[in-house]
Amino acid sequence: MTLALILIPAAAALACFIIRCDALRRALLVATALAHLAMTAASWVARPAPALGGWLAVDAGGLVFLSITSVLFLASAIYALGYLKREPHGERKDFEEGVLFTNAPEAVFTGCLLFFLATMTLVTISQHFGLLWVAVEATTLASAPLIYFHRHDRSLEATWKYLLLCSVGIALALLGNFFLTVAASTPGAGSIPLVVADLTAQAGKLNLPWLKAAFVLLLIGYGTKMGLAPMHTWLPDAHSESPSLVSALLSGALLNCAFLGILRIQQVCSAAGIEAFSREAFVVFGLVSMAVAAVFIIAQTDFKRMLAYSSVEHMGILSLGVGLGGDGIFGAFFHAVNHSLTKGMLFLVAGNLLTVYATKSTKQVRGVLDVLPASGILWVAGFLSITGAPPFGTFVSEFIILKAAFDKGYTAVAITYLLLLSTIFAGMAAIVIRMAQGKPSEEVKAVSREPAPALVPAASLGALVLMLGLYLPPFLSRALHEAAIMLGGS
Amino acid sequence: MNNWFDTITLLLILSNLALLGSSQLGFCIRVVAVQGIALGLLPLLFGSAEWSVHAIVLAASALALKGVVFPWLLFKALRAADVRRETEPFVGYVLSLIYGVLALAVVLCMRSRLALPVSTDLRLMVAIAFFTILVGFFLIVTRKKALTQVLGYLVLENGVYAFGTTISSEQPWLVEMGVLLDVFVAVFIMGIMIFHISREFDHIDTHRLAHLSDWNQDETEESNP
Repeated sequence: MTLALILIPAAAALACFIIRCDALRRALLVATALAHLAMTAASWVARPAPALGGWLAVDAGGLVFLSITSVLFLASAIYALGYLKREPHGERKDFEEGVLFTNAPEAVFTGCLLFFLATMTLVTISQHFGLLWVAVEATTLASAPLIYFHRHDRSLEATWKYLLLCSVGIALALLGNFFLTVAASTPGAGSIPLVVADLTAQAGKLNLPWLKAAFVLLLIGYGTKMGLAPMHTWLPDAHSESPSLVSALLSGALLNCAFLGILRIQQVCSAAGIEAFSREAFVVFGLVSMAVAAVFIIAQTDFKRMLAYSSVEHMGILSLGVGLGGDGIFGAFFHAVNHSLTKGMLFLVAGNLLTVYATKSTKQVRGVLDVLPASGILWVAGFLSITGAPPFGTFVSEFIILKAAFDKGYTAVAITYLLLLSTIFAGMAAIVIRMAQGKPSEEVKAVSREPAPALVPAASLGALVLMLGLYLPPFLSRALHEAAIMLGGS
Repeated sequence: MNNWFDTITLLLILSNLALLGSSQLGFCIRVVAVQGIALGLLPLLFGSAEWSVHAIVLAASALALKGVVFPWLLFKALRAADVRRETEPFVGYVLSLIYGVLALAVVLCMRSRLALPVSTDLRLMVAIAFFTILVGFFLIVTRKKALTQVLGYLVLENGVYAFGTTISSEQPWLVEMGVLLDVFVAVFIMGIMIFHISREFDHIDTHRLAHLSDWNQDETEESNP
């Protein structure tokens, strides 16, 4: 079962490269997404047995992130049905610079999507640091062709930046793993296997200075992939240039996977009793990321970049939550769920806007509520949710993190956090409301259309995040608490 | 055995300094090849008197990839992209060399402080591995061309690999994973050759890969009404 979670998407990915018929391939994409979600749901009922000698196992934290990935992937797969249908074949003109370009073959796109799912699943269920590292590297390789789906120079540039920055991050993370090996080799007694459970059980024997160094390198290495400032520079480019459903996956699922990598080492640090050191780093990275995001969201002229910077902000919030400890860790896990669902919804809606308006400029999109009523409502609702307005789940989780800051006596941190949140709210409100209202041009009105596959996934994600704000199911709450306790929270 | 270690350490130091101070792309590729061959031999110097199959396979694959395949591909890419064969740094060669010497000094000072579970004669190798990583970083950041950045990445990766082989002979599979980093190198070179980083931009100068930025959006908007 644990292995099937990875092998089924991987096998489907291989099949995609062979299958010639477009319709069959799209059906396979959705079917695999459904099967993956079903298996994930089954893991909630009964946790599957560990595989490969404990290297692969589903634990509470991993299960939460696995479920987010699975739900988002299904939403994106359904969205892809409509998206791939309306993507024209052959050469066409790029609406920003007017150059001619083609798409990558659809088989490559679908295959890489499924392979991407397999690698992200592997990240969430890896218990061995080495295997986790391989999985994170594989996600980078699987997602690069997705970003370069539209073969023009801007997406090539984005892909190049993504690959270069993330691979440097990955190289640092490998160095971090080597450091961890040094920390885990006890003089005379051999070395502790790099499995999370073994390391936490024998945390007392770890060599602390090397563990600290390993933590820093893994935080920077995986932090690059997660989009923590100042290593976030690839993120806005990759998110704005890739197809919207890929942006949704990158932002909602991939960033979380990288975060999970950092949480694994934090689990070891917490067991070894050097939390005070590691938490400080989390708080600093968290606040810096939020501040950088705030600066770039204000007066942003590209709405997909705005969403990308908002992801940097929310990764900062997650990091801050973990850094605060106590309830903050629970809040961070809960916020990860809320952020992913909301951001997935927003990127999918952004894709709808892009199809009709054919521009990413916030200045040229007007009257969304008028032209695309359903997308318009989702766009505004998504904005309210992402900025943490009640009654959405994000409000609850952001509030829990705020409360944790006050509880722990970090008043200055709490005030900075509130200031940054309100700045970002104001910045995004100005952009989103101007886009939603106003008078659209006649030519835009003529092409307005909202097919069901473009709406249903976004609306469902929105409904989920709204539900989480009003009612947190007990099974989810238990898992979130369990995950938080593993990190020394409550 | 000690002689071999000294030779490899010296080769690493010299090749790093040569990379920092050289302007010829072709020369840089050759230097990286030499570095790769030296590192490839490294796993054979550890452990018992006789070589295990495992060490031989690791050495052979590293040697083949870092010492032969990548340099050859890089030369091909260099010809295919038809660029000026200079490294074009943001930071001058003299300053780069000064950085190199400073980094070397820092790393050597650090050497005595490291509490490493390895014998003392290996500590120098660990320090030089760090030095190689620092040089790799510097090359990635300060060189303009995509090709030179790939070279920098190779050097960074060589440093990580040297560190891994020196310290972690105990954990199974960890050093082997280092070879996986080579996949990225391969992808980069492929990017230059197949995905026409040279053709679509008419150059392989990452400095000019600057359409996507938050700083110059007003200009791009004006030019594309």
